[in-house]
Amino acid sequence: MTLDTAPPPVKQVRRERPTPPRGPGGASRWARRAPLLPALIFLIVVTQLPFVATLVISFMRWNSLDPTNRGFAGVDNYLTVFTDAGLRSSVVTTVVLTAAVVLISLVLGLGLALLLDTKFRGRGVVRTMLIAPFLVVPVAAALLWKHALYNPSYGLFNGVLTWIWGLFGSQNPPQPEWISEMPLSAVVASLVWQWTPFMMLILLAGLQSRPMDAVEAAHIDGASPWQVFRYLTFPHLRQYLELGGLLGSIYIVQNFDAVFTITSGGLGTANLPYTIYQTFFQAHEYGQASAAGVVVVIGSMIIATFALRVVSSLFRDEVRS
Amino acid sequence: MKRAWKPWGAIAWIAAVVFFAPVAWMLLTSLHSEPDAATNPPSLLAPITLDGYAEFFGGTGGISPWPPLINSFSASIGSTLIVLLLAIPAAYALSIKPVEKWTDVLFFFLSTKMLPVVAGILPIYLVAQYAGMLDNISFLTLLYTSMNLPIAVWLMRSFLAEVPKEILEAAAIDGAGLITILRRVVAPVAMPGIAATALICFIFSWNELLFARVLTGVVAGTAPVFLTGFVTSQGLFLAKVCAAATIVSFPVLVAGFAAQDKLVQGLSLGAVK
Repeated sequence: MTLDTAPPPVKQVRRERPTPPRGPGGASRWARRAPLLPALIFLIVVTQLPFVATLVISFMRWNSLDPTNRGFAGVDNYLTVFTDAGLRSSVVTTVVLTAAVVLISLVLGLGLALLLDTKFRGRGVVRTMLIAPFLVVPVAAALLWKHALYNPSYGLFNGVLTWIWGLFGSQNPPQPEWISEMPLSAVVASLVWQWTPFMMLILLAGLQSRPMDAVEAAHIDGASPWQVFRYLTFPHLRQYLELGGLLGSIYIVQNFDAVFTITSGGLGTANLPYTIYQTFFQAHEYGQASAAGVVVVIGSMIIATFALRVVSSLFRDEVRS
Repeated sequence: MKRAWKPWGAIAWIAAVVFFAPVAWMLLTSLHSEPDAATNPPSLLAPITLDGYAEFFGGTGGISPWPPLINSFSASIGSTLIVLLLAIPAAYALSIKPVEKWTDVLFFFLSTKMLPVVAGILPIYLVAQYAGMLDNISFLTLLYTSMNLPIAVWLMRSFLAEVPKEILEAAAIDGAGLITILRRVVAPVAMPGIAATALICFIFSWNELLFARVLTGVVAGTAPVFLTGFVTSQGLFLAKVCAAATIVSFPVLVAGFAAQDKLVQGLSLGAVK
């Protein structure tokens, strides 16, 4: 590397794997592709074709209880989706639910990740305890919150209130009806409990991948902990915060278990997946349900575009290094 | 790290206790008798009993939880095996001997995971109905395979990419065949990754509710579908619910802690190490 004309090192390390062979070797190309094809074909058939079918059905007049009256409906189903008060409110519910869960669990997850990044006695145990909520089966977690925590007469929350008030000699503790008084918050709280560990794990991975020499240099140069966080840690974590937020959104937009279990979609908590489920299997309105499904896909594609961008920038860093 | 970090340790412990409390409460309640489970204020020191579990496993009539648990095991294990069978060759073609434009292919896999399940479920239901596959555990197994395949391909690719290229080349020069290279060079490096991928796929299949709820009924219902039977209260049943939630979550807790280190990699679709 004594020549001035040597290419900049960046170019050399760009590809860790050899480029595939060029030229006429068609057979060898297919030999390379062969191991990929079963997975690819399987996935296209099972995940892509149904979406095409949904798109087609969304333009049809189709209620399975009225099978003779089936035909082309134009954009009627879409008009229904955007004018029907129930469907419209479920769009709003989905956005509020997703945004609330993602933001709260990101903030809590960031706090916990920063705590876990310090050294203290029993850190491994604390980490394990914090992951546990994520490893409770979602339906089981929702049942746990609904019956064992929120129940107004024997749930843990009201039990603890009784106990605390009892310590001060009061016989009249507040005993809120958690689910009927604050239905959406009840669903949000249970989901935040499950998703905070996920955010924490992603952000902790981010914290532990930051270049420590820069942090140490900053400490030596007399930077305060806040300055280190503001100018070093936070910019490095941004990518991970975005990733956590976007992946969390993708998972939580689709949430069905908690809404189904805790409130059964009542009291204004029906989100789009729940409403679509209802439209299919109780109202049998196949056309309308498909149109609502297409709307969900378009919404998810917007989030997914950003998510893929973040994943691909992390991915390029990884391949390059 | 010479500063006094001690308050942070205490705060972390308090946070851990708060987050773990519902899980601990679930375990404790499942070990209490029904009257002790439903007191206000809570009776923490009530005598321990396994009545809740006995009740859950069909003490006094009711539906047995065994068929749903067995269904869940067969769908989760079956789909995980098919996923590995499809994902390992695919990952090989994306890392060790990459096809042209392999990153595009990889991102195609990922993008299928980002489309919501609910938007494809009606056609899938209609196909199942038409083919007579409703309430059939094999059909559910295939759907779980498609659900987990993109994640598995991503994970497996990142694990296979860790196989040192020099060793692969050296083995090829020494005249080792494909099978020998796979067994002697690739497998030892990739094994822990394969295990973690399998555990993560198992967890996702085990947890799934929407497909199972829509496509199965009395015969092929899975454990989460069985749990939805507890959505409405039925008198004093708190210990039984907590026992049910504990039993159904147990395999996930075991698999999750076993795969703890790779968990975040799996959940972030391989983007975070």
